[in-house]
Amino acid sequence: MGTDATRAWPVPRASAGPMLWLRQNLFSSWANTVLTVLAVWLIYQVAATALGWAVLHATWTGDDGSACHEGGACWPFIGAWFGQFMYGRYPDAERWRVNLTYALALAGLVPLMVPRVPGKLWTSIYVLCVFPVLAVVLLSGGILGLKHVPTDFWGGLLVTLVISSTGIAAAFPIGILLALGRQSRMPIVRWASIAFIEFVRGVPLITVLFLSSVMLPLFLPERWSIDKLMRVLIMVALFSAAYLAEVIRGGLQAIPRGQFEAADALGLSYPQKMGLIVLPQALKIVIPGIVNTFIGLFKDTSLVLIIGIFDLLGAVQAGMATQRWLSPATPMTGYVFAGVVFWIFCFGISRYSQLLERRLAAGGERVVAKAAYD
Amino acid sequence: MAASTSIRPGRRAWLTGYIYRPEVRQAVYQVVLLAALAFVVIWVVNNVAENLRRQNIASGFDFLGRTSGFDVSQSLIEYSNLSTYGRAFWVGLLNTVLVAVLGIVAATAIGFVVGIARLSSNWLIARLATAYVEIVRNLPLLLQLFFWYFAVLKNLPSPRQSYVLPGGATFNVRGLYLPAPVPQPGFEAVAIAFAAGLLLAIAVWRWARRRQSLTGQRFPVFWTALLAVVGLPLAAFFAAGSPLGFDYPVLRGFNFEGGIPVLPELIALLLGLSMYTASFIAEIVRAGILGVPKGQTEAAQALGLSRGQSLRLVVIPQAARIIIPPLTSQYLNLTKNSSLAVAIGYPDFVSVFTGTVLNQTGQAVEVILITMGVFLTLSLVTALCMNWFNRRMALVDR
Repeated sequence: MGTDATRAWPVPRASAGPMLWLRQNLFSSWANTVLTVLAVWLIYQVAATALGWAVLHATWTGDDGSACHEGGACWPFIGAWFGQFMYGRYPDAERWRVNLTYALALAGLVPLMVPRVPGKLWTSIYVLCVFPVLAVVLLSGGILGLKHVPTDFWGGLLVTLVISSTGIAAAFPIGILLALGRQSRMPIVRWASIAFIEFVRGVPLITVLFLSSVMLPLFLPERWSIDKLMRVLIMVALFSAAYLAEVIRGGLQAIPRGQFEAADALGLSYPQKMGLIVLPQALKIVIPGIVNTFIGLFKDTSLVLIIGIFDLLGAVQAGMATQRWLSPATPMTGYVFAGVVFWIFCFGISRYSQLLERRLAAGGERVVAKAAYD
Repeated sequence: MAASTSIRPGRRAWLTGYIYRPEVRQAVYQVVLLAALAFVVIWVVNNVAENLRRQNIASGFDFLGRTSGFDVSQSLIEYSNLSTYGRAFWVGLLNTVLVAVLGIVAATAIGFVVGIARLSSNWLIARLATAYVEIVRNLPLLLQLFFWYFAVLKNLPSPRQSYVLPGGATFNVRGLYLPAPVPQPGFEAVAIAFAAGLLLAIAVWRWARRRQSLTGQRFPVFWTALLAVVGLPLAAFFAAGSPLGFDYPVLRGFNFEGGIPVLPELIALLLGLSMYTASFIAEIVRAGILGVPKGQTEAAQALGLSRGQSLRLVVIPQAARIIIPPLTSQYLNLTKNSSLAVAIGYPDFVSVFTGTVLNQTGQAVEVILITMGVFLTLSLVTALCMNWFNRRMALVDR
């Protein structure tokens, strides 16, 4: 008796498993069902359009724009201009130097970014002190038997990477100094820092770039002619320094007073106090903010095309404007290509930053300097 | 003996002691910084004066009164190539303000929808919103502007084959032509009714608030106000015999005439700016709503508030405190980013003034100074408003 009551009945289908998930997450109410149907329709439309454009109606072979037709991608354009998109007008025979520079950069950055690899100190020294020298020698040349390649010939992704990485590396020390200056007890130092930071943050990058191309030559004596790319690098570095300074200030403000007082009580001097006690903790907190600034800078490098430097986007613009590749399909193809490249970089960096944030949060008590990212 | 070995500060020791005094050192640092800054400024000013003299460029702000001699494709105030550079300044500035205002409205609308959609209980909707945010905010704004302008809007059909949208608007490669409303005699009644409705709504709101704080009785303020602000003018509109005509765009020759023409550059700029900024606003909105502790919603439910009431009276006021400061900074970013208009040829402030006027006059120093002054003023005004708002909204500890 009672066998029926003790028998293990299967769980009703509607209260477990995929059916339940569907009901709870997609069809929980009439409104949700309508939304789900709409979303499925939207996804179908977008996917079908994208597939049709990129594959089904796309042109795969051809020598010029006349082969490409509207409604489909023009892939031969990317094939023909790929070298320009990556290196600009960098001489074909010398492009191995650019590739070698990338390889050297990866050799430093990968061990630095993977948490498990030991020897972070030496890798940092390599990345910050040795690599820049190697990169300048390799890219610019002129010594060690390498042919000199003027910066006018640099372009494409190379220029995008050069401007963003140099910009952030040069901005970092300036940003730290400005952040410390803004916290200083000395009124003139404080006011000078505040004035610089607020001034730069108040104007758009494009006016700063105009400043570099139109006004910097006026500011300097006639005989000082600075390379166009160099002028942009200086301005980009100063521009990002102001934003970094605000991020770092957020970190400085999150450090408890006791840390400053403890350092004072130990008799440490100001550089010792900041360099050994405060900054290591403050910078650790604001790593996500620094990465966000870098992503912003990376995207903003595309603005240099307005003052006539050909970064990746500039190379795409130049390519689709040529008579040979003039067709209704080229612009879309070029922008999709540039977009994918930019997106991979930015999304990759932001994902890495999130990973880092989680690791750091797990490391100690969590202090969020959120206000500083905005 | 002890007295004879006591340290007697010599001249040197006195000097070192002096150097180690913090206030002395601070003063020295500051004097050095000030001197360095002054030196740089004087050096730059000298160089500028020298370079300008050599290149024969005039200086001073007289050029603002001279005739500009160039045309601008869109102007909210009267302007022709006979107008002055000073007038061109205002044309550009107003065009920037137009883009900024329209962009802020659109970005806020899209941003709030996407931000709330990211928190939706519908799995698919939440994923779609996440995909939107992750795709759009990781692409350079300039790329998005180019995409909309060169890849989408420049591929639209010519005026002869233009799309006709419902309501009489037409859309083609030259831009969007909206029907222009033309008020006819008797329309003043509608405007008066609207003003009266607005005043009435405010009066009702104040009266209802006082009554509720005195007696605790509630009054349906929202519906009354809606009726007053929308219903009254509508009633007046029909009572006066629908005194509103439309000026529809008509194809004449190769182009459309009449209506309100909207430049394709403006459309591209608005699409790019609002979609890009919306992806950041969505994240701010999401963080703001998640930032209100769950206990608040639960407490509101425990008090017997309905879902709508708990949102309106408990969650939103607290989320607003988190959302508004970063939201303001996004608005400021949008305004600054509108300067990318120069890349697609929309006549905004930077394009008209810092571009064309600078090229024609060659007076780089003055033009760039004015440009930066304008943007700094905008930032400063926004910062002041935000500080005022923060002070008002800040939690008052009791």
